[in-house]
Amino acid sequence: MSNEAVIQHGAGTHEVHGDHHEGHHHHETFITKYVFSQDHKMIAKQFLITGIIWALIGGAMSVLFRIQLGYPEATLPWLEDIFGHWAKDGRITPEFYYALGTMHGTILVFFVLTAGLTGTFANLLIPFQVGARDMASPFMNMLSYWFFVLSSVIMLSSLFVQTGPASGGWTVYPPLSALGDATQGSKIGMDLWLISMAMFVVSSLLGGVNYISTILNLRTKGMTMTRMPLTVWAILFTALLGLLSFPVLLSGFILLLFDRHLGTSFYLSDIVLAGNILPNEGGSAILYQHLFWFLGHPEVYIIILPTMGLVSEVMSVNARKPVFGYMAMIASMFAIALLAFLVWAHHMFVTGMNPFLGSVFVLLTLLIAVPSAIKVFNWLTTLWRGNLHLTPAMMFCIGFVSMFISGGLTGIWLGNSTLDLHLHDTYFVIGHFHIVMGVSAFMGMFAGIYHWFPKMYGRYMNNTLGYIHFWITMVCAYVIFWPMHYEGFAGMPRRYYDYSNWESFKQFVELNKVISFAAILSFLVQILFVFNFFYSIFKGRKVTTKNPWKSNTLEWTTPINPGHGNWPGEIPEVYRWAYDYGKDGVDHIDQITPIGENESKEGH
Amino acid sequence: MSTHVPAGFKWWSGGKSPYNVSYGKLMMWLFLLSDTFTFGAFLISYGTVRVSHDYWPDPNYVFNAFPFMGHANLPLAFVSLMTFILIMSSVTMVLAVHEGHKRNKYGVQKWLGWTILGGVLFLSCQAWEWTHMITGSSPVLLDGQVQYIGSTITMNPYGPVVQGLTDHGHAVTQTGPVAFGGFFFGITGFHGFHVFSGVLLLVLALVWTRMGRFEKVGHYEMVEKIGLYWHFVDLVWVFVFLCFYLI
Repeated sequence: MSNEAVIQHGAGTHEVHGDHHEGHHHHETFITKYVFSQDHKMIAKQFLITGIIWALIGGAMSVLFRIQLGYPEATLPWLEDIFGHWAKDGRITPEFYYALGTMHGTILVFFVLTAGLTGTFANLLIPFQVGARDMASPFMNMLSYWFFVLSSVIMLSSLFVQTGPASGGWTVYPPLSALGDATQGSKIGMDLWLISMAMFVVSSLLGGVNYISTILNLRTKGMTMTRMPLTVWAILFTALLGLLSFPVLLSGFILLLFDRHLGTSFYLSDIVLAGNILPNEGGSAILYQHLFWFLGHPEVYIIILPTMGLVSEVMSVNARKPVFGYMAMIASMFAIALLAFLVWAHHMFVTGMNPFLGSVFVLLTLLIAVPSAIKVFNWLTTLWRGNLHLTPAMMFCIGFVSMFISGGLTGIWLGNSTLDLHLHDTYFVIGHFHIVMGVSAFMGMFAGIYHWFPKMYGRYMNNTLGYIHFWITMVCAYVIFWPMHYEGFAGMPRRYYDYSNWESFKQFVELNKVISFAAILSFLVQILFVFNFFYSIFKGRKVTTKNPWKSNTLEWTTPINPGHGNWPGEIPEVYRWAYDYGKDGVDHIDQITPIGENESKEGH
Repeated sequence: MSTHVPAGFKWWSGGKSPYNVSYGKLMMWLFLLSDTFTFGAFLISYGTVRVSHDYWPDPNYVFNAFPFMGHANLPLAFVSLMTFILIMSSVTMVLAVHEGHKRNKYGVQKWLGWTILGGVLFLSCQAWEWTHMITGSSPVLLDGQVQYIGSTITMNPYGPVVQGLTDHGHAVTQTGPVAFGGFFFGITGFHGFHVFSGVLLLVLALVWTRMGRFEKVGHYEMVEKIGLYWHFVDLVWVFVFLCFYLI
């Protein structure tokens, strides 16, 4: 709403102060600059740091339940010291175990890899890369962050209530989640979960509407849609997915809240609870699953698409080559976004769905392999014969592609309903989705953080720590999730508290120890990353040139520490696409350089 | 390609292109698109649950009352009036936007006022209908006795008629599917909440118009954006009307 004001403010200040640090702005207090900021760069940093805090909490939870899974007989008195009756006698209780798993999923999927990822890079990169002073509505952008904070506070508070947080799995299927008397986790913790997620949907909507409008309406002169970097395309598709799928989740949650508190029967029918026949009739628990997965499936693309964009951009810059198949990349992202809405029921093959309908969803699911494979081959051909600069960001890009291939291939297995009957709800699924959307997305996010850290803070992150971070994360990720596929084949179900009680799964006792060890190690190395992140903000090596990676995109034409408004003076005009690397023997030609007279006609 | 398109060819010949909108209006369109999916999810949920039942109440029987008309059987008459009021409020909204384009402050005020009146009237009608349904009483065979109950989210008196059983001259029914009340009150309530929000926005627009805010900015685009929302809410009602009253 105050975009005009922002433009004048940003430009005007810089005419006076030149390239000084943003702290030199007039009329800015600590509150307006760091707390209720309307500057897209500050909001991006807020999302990122909030996301990092959530990632630490969610990651620590996985460490706790991996301790239980790897060492089910161990008694660790320090657990009881910290968690009291939740870890009686130094062992995590079953209720605590289920709550940990549920919250780990919720936090990582929504708070880290949706808000923390898209919130960070959409806010940081859209105005920078399309050439805008700020988002279409900086005010709504600020609201988007603060709804996320509100949602975070509510979710965090649910960890501290007497009966504990939601514990019915991150999908919170009714009837378990609808009936407060069913388990401890279905009491107040479940309400807080639902209200928190409703706030999250509002945040996501405010952000998404802003991202799309900015991309469509505020591009600088010459920045046609097909000259935009792939990051912006990826965020556009991500925002569209969120815009159309989150409201359906909200509808599902509203009905669930009604079932919980008003006695309606949307999801409930014919239930006996503790010997009492409940009056609810006529509802359908499967209906909830449809509503949930109508978001739930696009959600995995909401997570992975932005990282695909980040990886495409960072990889092209560090291979010193144009990204291979720019238009094919856009087309395949479009195809993925479209198909994302048509495959949700592949999560429901074993719910008793009509097998014919199941086979339709098999077909549509397997179709996603086509655009995904196009993207993978494009990344590989972008690397092919490139002049690779193996920065930590580039390492994470390559790690991303590796993970995406490994996890994507097992997706083809699970997409077949006949195979899914056997593999459903086993560790095969855990291994598959952690690799393809968990680790992959984190790799892409790390690539983005290492690459754009200099733009965010005017300093570099430490490279040595970056390489250590990469290699240990990479190796641990495979050590953790690869063996899970074997466990899944053997029929080992997910979400069990203690596998050593089962004769069939005793063979995996030692393997589970290995997995837990690797999980703990990889968590420690993430702490190293967080240290590197915060240390580098204050003490990192300073950036001395505007364009440290010799990149073509617009954000590197701004001052090293840009003020609100991004460019001092006029917004630059764009004459070409973002991928003129190595063209006509020139290392790179940025987007604001006009087309030369004798230039060849490749690219755009 | 057999037809050659010259460079700079204008594909749109209908004046200002509908795609050439300001970011503010684009945001409203995107929000409405998103909200379509919210309502779509509700209505599709309603549809799936309804078709899974063998029996569903006949709207001509459920919605046959009219204020001050006693027990006269007037199927869908009242809801038709409600629908007419809401659609007329869309017409007055169009006129408000039109006056805004002409920069006629008093015209905008007048038509915004009528639109607000329409919205309030619609909400009042809905309040009456809800009250009538909840507090109304129909003879129902419940636990082996004839009892008089209203329609709530946990109780539905509009089940199949019990053959040969009457009470004070009224046909006695069994209880109907409880999902009926849940979806009816849930979805019309959610729509009513949208109308209520719309009325608040319209009041805000009226206050801003009176304060001369839009004259100062030089355009009445905010009125137009709220108008988009208002028309959307009307359009949703058409679907709600279709799904609950006509089918």
